Amino acid sequence: MDNDHIRGEEYEQTNVHNVYSKIATHFSSTRYKPWPVIDDFLRSLTTGSIGLDIGCGNGKYLAIRDDIYIVASDRHVTNLTSNEIDYFGVAKSLTRKYRSSELIEFATQHEPHSAIVADILSLPHPGAVFDFAISIAVIHHLSTRERRVDAVRAILNTLRPCGEDREGSGSAGQALFFVWALEQKNSRRGWDVDDEQDQMVPWVLKADKSGDGVGKTYHRYYHLYRRGELEEDIVAAGGEVVRSGYDRDNWWSVARRR
Amino acid sequence: MKLLTVNFLTCAVKTCKTSSESYPLHFRDAQLEQNPQTFNPLFIRNILSRLDWSALTTTANELGLTAMLPDHNPADDMMVDSEGATEEEKNRAKDNVISEEVLKKLHTFLVDTAVIEGKLVCGNCGFEYPIKEGVGNFLLPPHLV
Ligand SMILES: [Zn+2]
Repeated sequence: MDNDHIRGEEYEQTNVHNVYSKIATHFSSTRYKPWPVIDDFLRSLTTGSIGLDIGCGNGKYLAIRDDIYIVASDRHVTNLTSNEIDYFGVAKSLTRKYRSSELIEFATQHEPHSAIVADILSLPHPGAVFDFAISIAVIHHLSTRERRVDAVRAILNTLRPCGEDREGSGSAGQALFFVWALEQKNSRRGWDVDDEQDQMVPWVLKADKSGDGVGKTYHRYYHLYRRGELEEDIVAAGGEVVRSGYDRDNWWSVARRR
Repeated sequence: MKLLTVNFLTCAVKTCKTSSESYPLHFRDAQLEQNPQTFNPLFIRNILSRLDWSALTTTANELGLTAMLPDHNPADDMMVDSEGATEEEKNRAKDNVISEEVLKKLHTFLVDTAVIEGKLVCGNCGFEYPIKEGVGNFLLPPHLV
């Protein structure tokens, strides 16, 4: 591993992971509606499809389908457990009371899917077996282009290449990526094409379970993607862009292995 | 961690990815739990073609659950080698439907059975991934990244 890689990792530990742990509860309660592109992508899958949700946060996309199987992962254990507010109206009281762990609550609220703790650049999955993968608002936290391309490559490598289905009917696996856009001049942040792409973004903590830290501001690292950059990273990672677009201050692409 | 999950996991260490010893990961000190879930026959039927049966058999044997798993993938009965098969075998394959009973049994093994506490161990590098409260932790120490 080269020095840039190590520096990138240390940088992200301080400016992404540590901050996430502090603001997880608040952050998850600010992201709550499945976006149409993600909803459509997951709804288009056939029953029994197997896939990954890389950087699943509190697992809000897992509830869209219960007849596919998703292995969801996040680097932050706190994200997996910060389900104080459930996005799909499943009250906390529905979870089994005799279990105290919030991790178990996560799992029971998202059957039949599974959650693990893993890093996007060291994924514990075999290659070339998955029907699909989603990675929503994750790779923009990686602080060098090399690491962002590595992450895309790692995800694409998990996908089934065309015609590899045992029953011969399978098309190639596809991955959906969402990243924050530089071009968002009408957003609250107001960035646009001439702004710096690497930003420390302030998040103000409004409320959490304990009431601790309310009103504090935390800064998190983001790489804001300019138009076309996500597609360039996909191609650099050995992928092929199937379709892409812009949705609510984010660039998105569906990609497969070339 | 349901047993289905283990079929889709391998060692997170990059140099292990190319070794056949790293898949499947091996359970150690596994504490099992039955956690009944909704049975969806079509879901089970469709995931069969995505499973690595030999890895699944290894997992079943290690947990002492060999009796819960058919000795071969029932989806294989639906396919015959077009060269080697007799006419009778081809007809049988065409008419074959995996019984609800077999699917239910597979559902119990793959979806209802979970490891709550224990470890998953890589057969190549020996690294032990802990499972706590049903969630496996695959973060690597810095020297293995
Ligand atoms: Zn290993």
